[in-house]
This record gives sequence, structure tokens and C-alpha cells, in this order.
Amino acid sequence: MIVVKDLHKSFEDKEVLKGIDTVFEAGKTNLIIGQSGSGKTVFMKCLTGLIIPTSGEILFNGKNSLNFTYNERRKLRSEIGTVFQGSALFDSMTVLENVRFPLEMFSNLSMKEMIKRSEEVLERVNLTPESFVKFPSEISGGMQKRVAIARAIVNNPKYLFADEPNSGLDPQTSMVIDQLLHELTVEYNTTTIINTHDMNSVMEIGETIVFLKNGYKEWSGNKTEILTAENESIIDFVYSSKLFTKLREVLLKEKNQSTK
Amino acid sequence: MLKTLEYIGKYFLFLRKIFIKPQGGKMFRKLVMREIFDLGMSSVGLVSFISLFMGAVTAIQMAQNFQSADIPVPDYYISFATKVVLILEFSPTIISLILAGKVGSYIASSIGTMRVTEQIDALDVMGVNSSSFLVMPKIIASVLFNPILIMISIGMGILGGYMIGEVSHMWSKSDFIIGLQMPMANRLFVYTFIKTVCFAFVIATVPAYYGYHVEGGSLEVGRSSTSAVVWTSVIIIILNLVLTQTILS
Repeated sequence: MIVVKDLHKSFEDKEVLKGIDTVFEAGKTNLIIGQSGSGKTVFMKCLTGLIIPTSGEILFNGKNSLNFTYNERRKLRSEIGTVFQGSALFDSMTVLENVRFPLEMFSNLSMKEMIKRSEEVLERVNLTPESFVKFPSEISGGMQKRVAIARAIVNNPKYLFADEPNSGLDPQTSMVIDQLLHELTVEYNTTTIINTHDMNSVMEIGETIVFLKNGYKEWSGNKTEILTAENESIIDFVYSSKLFTKLREVLLKEKNQSTK
Repeated sequence: MLKTLEYIGKYFLFLRKIFIKPQGGKMFRKLVMREIFDLGMSSVGLVSFISLFMGAVTAIQMAQNFQSADIPVPDYYISFATKVVLILEFSPTIISLILAGKVGSYIASSIGTMRVTEQIDALDVMGVNSSSFLVMPKIIASVLFNPILIMISIGMGILGGYMIGEVSHMWSKSDFIIGLQMPMANRLFVYTFIKTVCFAFVIATVPAYYGYHVEGGSLEVGRSSTSAVVWTSVIIIILNLVLTQTILS
């Protein structure tokens, strides 16, 4: 579980995060949503330790990561798996080598064991052995995302972060990736935090949703609540497409009928 | 001026982050071997080609000057002077400048691309010291292999001088060999070696600094690559004077 208390982040004069308080639960897919420029990526980078917040607390299982010593920070990082927006696979390594990398750096496994574990997770994300020897440039965007997910989970992380895992993917592949992240969250009981502005993902796997606007936490809830939320900013965000506007009308109608 | 001082300060802070105990021993050794190939072995052809021709040109120029001098200069001084020029200046400095262009742009652009495609962030999130992990193998490869490249350059330059003599008959083979056998002070070899190692360090770290601190996209990677080559060359030229003044005077 990750608890965030009064988190602020400023870049020179510009305050990007303006006092965020929230809780991300273990074994659930926690989504951070919001328009571009709302502070999602900065928030995510603060959580992963890539950016040091100006003030506030980030508690990983009750311990404030901002007060960690170098060794504690290193230990925490070995418990974190991250899927980057552009996959961030190492170009010079094959798919298998990419996935094996965290094990080579931090585990005491033998080469045989490392290969076995890497193959296991690659198969878990539905990649076939033919792709294991390919380089990232030789596989599709969807496959790259799966490799990135495999690399993120190979060390059995406690915390899994994914920054816009669906960007650049077609709707069908996006859904497969969403489902995969959700299944892995349940399977490994990870605290999964996904940064997205894809409404399909929100509706598919949004067990806990935090909506950011201009650096503030504007709203929080789950995928059912978001559809009937009264908050104007969230209505503007969610119902920017006609399909969802229609859906809201139907849902509100049903809600009214049930209350009568 | 303040900006320049800021860059210098940042560069030294960057160096401090690099020099820590390497992580992932096996992986680190593998990276060092790969860098030796990418930064060193792959430059052997270019260095040999340039040195062969430059050696030949230097020998011809020496012959022209010595043979047209008012005071007669023995022909064996042609090869001796060629050898001295190659060892003291051409091979360590000019070849290092060429490597600053070839290897420097490779280092800056490869690390810069890793930065803009979040590969460096991925390393940091995993708990890997990215600056040390990426740059230390390059420093080791460069410092270890550049002296070998310089030796190859000296050898090829002398061979170039010898071959052009055989073709043009401007001097005799025996004079050329006598000149090559004439002794040089040991401290000159030490001077060349120190220069080579210092330049190798600059070639590995300055472009790495530029690549590591890229912000933006592919355009910025290109710009940082150009700046890296320019500043590496400038630093080599200034360092050349400083080292020469310090060691030889």
C-alpha cells in the first residue's frame, strides 16, 4: 500500500503538484487520470523516485520514502517494477536479455535459473519463444509493451507502475494490455498504479481512480462511480466523447428509476 | 561566464557519480568488452588509413624541407623527424581529435537517445546507478584501448613514410631505417602516453556528459552530439598545451 500525504512539487516558480493526498491499495489497479498537463507524469515520477518532491510524504507500507537512506532507497527500488510510456527497452539487448537484466543486476540466481525465470514471465505475458531472440526494434509496439511488463514483473515487485501503457496502441491491444496488468496485479498482489487518460482503461480496470486537475486531486472513486459523478471537471473529462455522453444519459436514467 | 562555470561544476559532479563501485559485475564486464569493440576496435581501420597517408605526407614534407635547406641535412633525419612528429604530436593529438569526432558523437548520441527514450529512467527506477553503469565502461574501454590505437597510428605512420620513400626514391631505405633507430628521450614517450590517456578520458566523459543531460527529443540529441564534439576538441587542444607546458618545459 502507498499513502501520499500533502505532496507538493514545484519547478522554479511553477507549482505542478499542489498538495495531493491519496491512498493506493495493494492488489488493486489504481489509476491516475487527468488531462495533459494536469501533473500526472510528475506525480508518477515522484512516486517512483525519479523526481524529489518539494514537500509532503510518500509512505511505502508506512515508511516515508523521502527519508530513506541510500541503501533503503536501493532496496525499495528493487521492489518496484515500472512500465514506461515508450516501453524504454534497451535497444542493444534482445527481448530475453531485456527481461533478464534486472535479475542479472540484483539477483544471485545462476544463468540457467535467470533464463528459466525470464522465459516464464515472457510466456506469462503471452509472448512466444520465437520473439525471445529478437531485438526491440524487430517487434511490434504491443509486443514491446508486453516485454516491458515482463521486465517489470520479473523480480516479483511489490509495486508496479505503468505510465500510459496504452499510448500508441490500437483499442484491442490496449484492452489486452489492461487485462494483463489487472491479472498480474491480482496474481502478484502488487500495488499497481497506472497513469492514463484512456477512458477504455478506466472503465476496464479502474478499481481506484484519482483524477488530477491543475496539480490538485479533484476527485477520487472507482469505475462505477465515475460514470455518475457530479463533479463538473470529471464530467468534462469523461464525457468528451459522444459515446460516453450517451452512456451517462442511460446510466442516470437507470439510477433515477431505481431510486423511484 | 557563470554559465560556463555552472557547466564545469555539473561536469565534475557528474564525474563524482560515475566513480563508484560498479554494480552487476558480470553485466559490467560484458559492457566493458562491448565498449572496447565499439569505441576501440571499430576505429582501427580509420586510424590506420589516416595515419598511413599522414605519415607519408609528413615524410615528403620533411624531405622537401631538409633537401632544400642551405645547410646540408643527412637524409636519415627525414625518418627521424617523421617519427618524432608522429610520436609527439600527430598520433596522440590529431588522432585523438579525429576520435573525438567519431567516438564522441557516438557516445553523445547513444546516451542521449537512451535519455529521451526513458531507458536511463528505467535504469534509475530499477536502482541502477545509470551514470556509472553507462559511462564507466566507456572510460575503461577508452583509456585502455586508445593507447593501443595511438601505437597503431605511430606504426602505420612510419610505414606510410617508408612506403612513399620506396615509391618516390626521395631517400634510401637504409637512411630511413637509420633515422628510425636514432634514440628519443624516454620522457617523450611518457609525455605521449600521459597525453593519450588524458585525451581518452576527455573523449569518453565530455560527450557522455552532453548525452546524459539531453532534454527534449531527437533534435536535442543531434545538438548535444555536435556540442559534445566541439567541446571535446576544444578541451583536447587546451589540454594539449597545458600538458606540453607542464611535462616538457
